[in-house]
Amino acid sequence: MNRWLLHRTAKPLLFVLWSLPVVWLFWAAWNDQLGANPAEALIRSLGDWTLRALVLVLLVTPLRVMAGWPALARLRRMLGLFVFFYASLHLLAYAWFDMGFEWREVLADLAKRPFILVGFLCWVLLLLMAGTSFNRAIRALGAARWRLLHRSVYAVACLAVLHFFWMRSGKNDFAEVGVYAVLLALLLGWRVWERWWPKGHLGR
Amino acid sequence: LAGASSALPGASTVEKVTAYEHASTYNNFYEFGTDKSDPVARAKSLKTSPWTVSVEGLVNKPRTYGLEELLKLAPMEERIYRLRCVEGWSMVVPWVGYSLGALIRAAQPLGSAKYVEFVTQADRDTMPGLRSSVLLWPYVEGLRLDEAMHPLTLLAFGMYGEVLPNQNGAPVRLVVPWKYGFKSGKSLVKIRFTDKEPRTAWNIAAPQEYGFFSNVNPDVAHPRWSQATERRIGEEGGLLAKRRKTLMFNGYEPQVGQLYAGMDLRKFF
Repeated sequence: MNRWLLHRTAKPLLFVLWSLPVVWLFWAAWNDQLGANPAEALIRSLGDWTLRALVLVLLVTPLRVMAGWPALARLRRMLGLFVFFYASLHLLAYAWFDMGFEWREVLADLAKRPFILVGFLCWVLLLLMAGTSFNRAIRALGAARWRLLHRSVYAVACLAVLHFFWMRSGKNDFAEVGVYAVLLALLLGWRVWERWWPKGHLGR
Repeated sequence: LAGASSALPGASTVEKVTAYEHASTYNNFYEFGTDKSDPVARAKSLKTSPWTVSVEGLVNKPRTYGLEELLKLAPMEERIYRLRCVEGWSMVVPWVGYSLGALIRAAQPLGSAKYVEFVTQADRDTMPGLRSSVLLWPYVEGLRLDEAMHPLTLLAFGMYGEVLPNQNGAPVRLVVPWKYGFKSGKSLVKIRFTDKEPRTAWNIAAPQEYGFFSNVNPDVAHPRWSQATERRIGEEGGLLAKRRKTLMFNGYEPQVGQLYAGMDLRKFF
């Protein structure tokens, strides 16, 4: 597995794979294949893909340690950038199709709906991480500060689930939210476990 | 199922009718699941025959109607109504049915009857959504007697010239065009006349969000979103179509405004 992960096609392949959802959505939107309410379908689907990418990026470290695939680290930055990419499209689609780019409406909505505010906060944190994701930024910030900033991905995970939970609370329908909550709780819980009860290996 | 074009004022909007494909696949019918694609996928299991509707409570003539009798109670009319969902989308649907008033007059409500309660089908064997506790089952809705008697309040058996598809509330449902869609109960089994305001499903689930009246009102926001605009399903321009301004009483203010004269609509939302 490690040899495969180190293969020079691993990164391009991952890039292509994670581009497929947006390509498909774009195609579907263009060809009117998104059902009765295309705007809603697009916004929600982009949110789903953001959550999926987030689960995957948080899976990197546990898999590295537990499965012994250190080479996975090579792919983490790209996965993180995909989280930001889908979150940005999600936000853009909301501002465009739901709000018609009326910024006063967007601001009013941020103030009115806690779930919008929480989602926006997630995006700001992701923006900060994406904006400091290149090597020079690590040097400029210093490793310790950079690491601290990038730990905000844990906050993003919690806030993203809260965002989804509040959004679904209108329908009292928490099955899907529950799946993401459990996955992310396991992934964050594993980190807490590793930190408090290390078993001789470095959890990093 | 044919119906003569209705002569009732306001009953035939000339706006573009929503595609049947959209009106019959994008539905809220939680008895079959909370996703809008669930009803069309799962409502085939609904058994619409035999079907009875029991009319009871504070009336002189309580009676259980078989569907066949109900279909013959009054002449069928086609009514083209706007439908505004509380979630912020809307459609234009040609319904087939007659004014609920015809049934009410046949039942002869007592002077003490002030409200009408609509109880809908709740059959665990054919409605998979009942396994979830999203709402209290059966789904109950209600109207004030004068609202129920208003000629625009429709007892519908069909749409687009056909018998109602299961996912749209077959075999008989209510359509109250000036209220948010959830007020119009689907697959009715009981119509009960009472002297107390009925406890309705969404009002029980979230009283601060869904009032008994739930009249379409652009000026009274839902606690979690604005109701000032709506997305018309199938609007020209697709994704890029602008949202429309929502109209007071969904555009039926000339017909129904007087029902609420003097009422504080912020308080009685």
